[in-house]
Amino acid sequence: MTALEQNPVTTGVRRPRATAYWAVSDCWNIARRVLTHYQRQPVAIVWQLGFPILSLLLYGYVFGSAMKVPGGGDYREFLMPGMFAMTMAMGFMNTAVAVVTDASKGVVDRFRSMPMAPSAFAAGRGTADLVVAAAELAILAATALLIGWRADGGVPAALGGFGLLLLLRFSLIWVGVWLGMLVPTPEAAGGLYAVAFPVTMISSTFVSPSLMPDWLGFLAAWNPISSTATAVRELFGNPVAGGGTWVEEHALLMAVVWPLVLTLVFLPLAVRRFQRLSR
Amino acid sequence: MSKRMKGSGSPAGPGSSSGYAVLAEGVVKRYRGKGGAQKRALDGFDLAVRPGAVHGLLGPNGAGKTTAVRVLATLLRHDGGRAEVAGLDVAREPRRVRSRIGLTGQYAAVDEGLTGRQNLEMFGRLFHLGNRAARHRAGELLDRFGLTGAADTGVTAYSGGMRRRLDLASSMILDPDVLFLDEPTTGLDPRGRGEVWESVRALAAGGTTVLLTTQYLDEADRLASRITVIDRGRAIADDTPDALKDRVGGDRIEVVAADAGDLAAVAGAVGRVAGGGLVVTDAPARRVHAQVADRVAALTEVARGLQDEGITVEDIGLRRPSLDDVFLRLTGHGATDDAPPNGDAENRGTGNHDTSEVAAA
Repeated sequence: MTALEQNPVTTGVRRPRATAYWAVSDCWNIARRVLTHYQRQPVAIVWQLGFPILSLLLYGYVFGSAMKVPGGGDYREFLMPGMFAMTMAMGFMNTAVAVVTDASKGVVDRFRSMPMAPSAFAAGRGTADLVVAAAELAILAATALLIGWRADGGVPAALGGFGLLLLLRFSLIWVGVWLGMLVPTPEAAGGLYAVAFPVTMISSTFVSPSLMPDWLGFLAAWNPISSTATAVRELFGNPVAGGGTWVEEHALLMAVVWPLVLTLVFLPLAVRRFQRLSR
Repeated sequence: MSKRMKGSGSPAGPGSSSGYAVLAEGVVKRYRGKGGAQKRALDGFDLAVRPGAVHGLLGPNGAGKTTAVRVLATLLRHDGGRAEVAGLDVAREPRRVRSRIGLTGQYAAVDEGLTGRQNLEMFGRLFHLGNRAARHRAGELLDRFGLTGAADTGVTAYSGGMRRRLDLASSMILDPDVLFLDEPTTGLDPRGRGEVWESVRALAAGGTTVLLTTQYLDEADRLASRITVIDRGRAIADDTPDALKDRVGGDRIEVVAADAGDLAAVAGAVGRVAGGGLVVTDAPARRVHAQVADRVAALTEVARGLQDEGITVEDIGLRRPSLDDVFLRLTGHGATDDAPPNGDAENRGTGNHDTSEVAAA
């Protein structure tokens, strides 16, 4: 047998403390891998933000003057938190495309054949996605500030608002991982946009649900994106334009409940999907 | 070890001290196919690979090669039998097995968003080498696989052969006991294939045990010191490349007549060089072929003979035994892609006459 320099660290992998240490270390190394992609191609983040920034300008200026916010208030002030929430919501597509690309190119198999923590692939991807999402929010908020948006609710409330936005993004990581393992090719994942786009539109992102037909307004009000958008509007001191329904009145609560529910449903689904790879 | 497996019956006794780098005994892997029907991707698969050997696992698409490698590399759990790698049971100690193996799958599983060096450093850290050791190891491997010049170039700019070499380097980070190469040259141009072959030879010379799957007898022949032929999830032969080719028969001369009326004369000319061996005449294809010992002399003699008799031919040439020939000889059916359990050798272009030839020979 070939002489093997047995790595003392690898053999220690079974001890519980070492297991925890390596789970964190492996997760960070996977996250670092994803972040290095952005470091090598910083322009990728601009492409990712192209759509929300363009929508922000189009809706803010092209439609903006024709848009009325129920209950009064500036449309652009109303729009910005919606755009933030929509960007976080669409983020699951980035996760899904990245996961399916790794899976179809054999990168997932390579990781699985290595003595690393099984949780690291998804956890590392999620960590990196959250870091990227925070950067996206910073760029979007800076753009919004440039065109006159302000958060008037105070610093703690504003931080809370960004926290809720990242919480929504966190919960959708698992949707993205699950979908990424479900679809066969990166091309097929592109088709998810066709579903994702209407789902983000049928919400309070651009228009108050109270202005929609009843049944559509109902769907829009109960959309998790709406809860986050409405809660963030409240925290930022922007126009809320609620229709007075229960879910809109309890937006802050629902902006926490929805992400928890999504995580409770999709995290186990994503884990199961991974375990089934060895079937 | 000169024992042969011939289907069932493993040469090694039980226990982890088998002395084999890879050992599979009666491994079964079931898949649920469409409509709930169970399909056996591995159906009592046996394999024994000696340490330090380059062992070829040869078979057509759908024979179970990839499934076998995935079971041995801990990516799939098997449903029956026993599999050991580096003396460790793959089902019971997958984590330990993973620190002793390297895997190069059918796609170059490298990160296109990173440079070659960044790839190797990342994999090194994930193999728990630590930052400094990972950096050092990356440098060593880039050098060893001739990638130093392109080390800091993005992988997107790499050729197919370079990607494969980077892929190989990534599986060599811990100097594994056993390296699994699943069809390492599929999709490469001849140059890339040559590059990969060169790398595999260098690894073998360094003492790494390599289990290589391939659809090409040629490739197994060039790289492997021993070949297991797999068909429908079972090992149907295990031998040295030379012995396998001897079983199939050596090179063949093949003449396609321009006119069907000349077939008898062509068969006569071919018969004179066949050394008393069987001359096969495939009338519908106007084709005559036979096994020959001295390739070049036979070709020259047949060509001259036909010319002297004024017979025009459409094609004349020598061909080496192909995987098709190996399969026909060993199984009686062709090396059909994704061969269904009931076989369909007859549907293949060359199936009919070759089958009859095997029966006659």
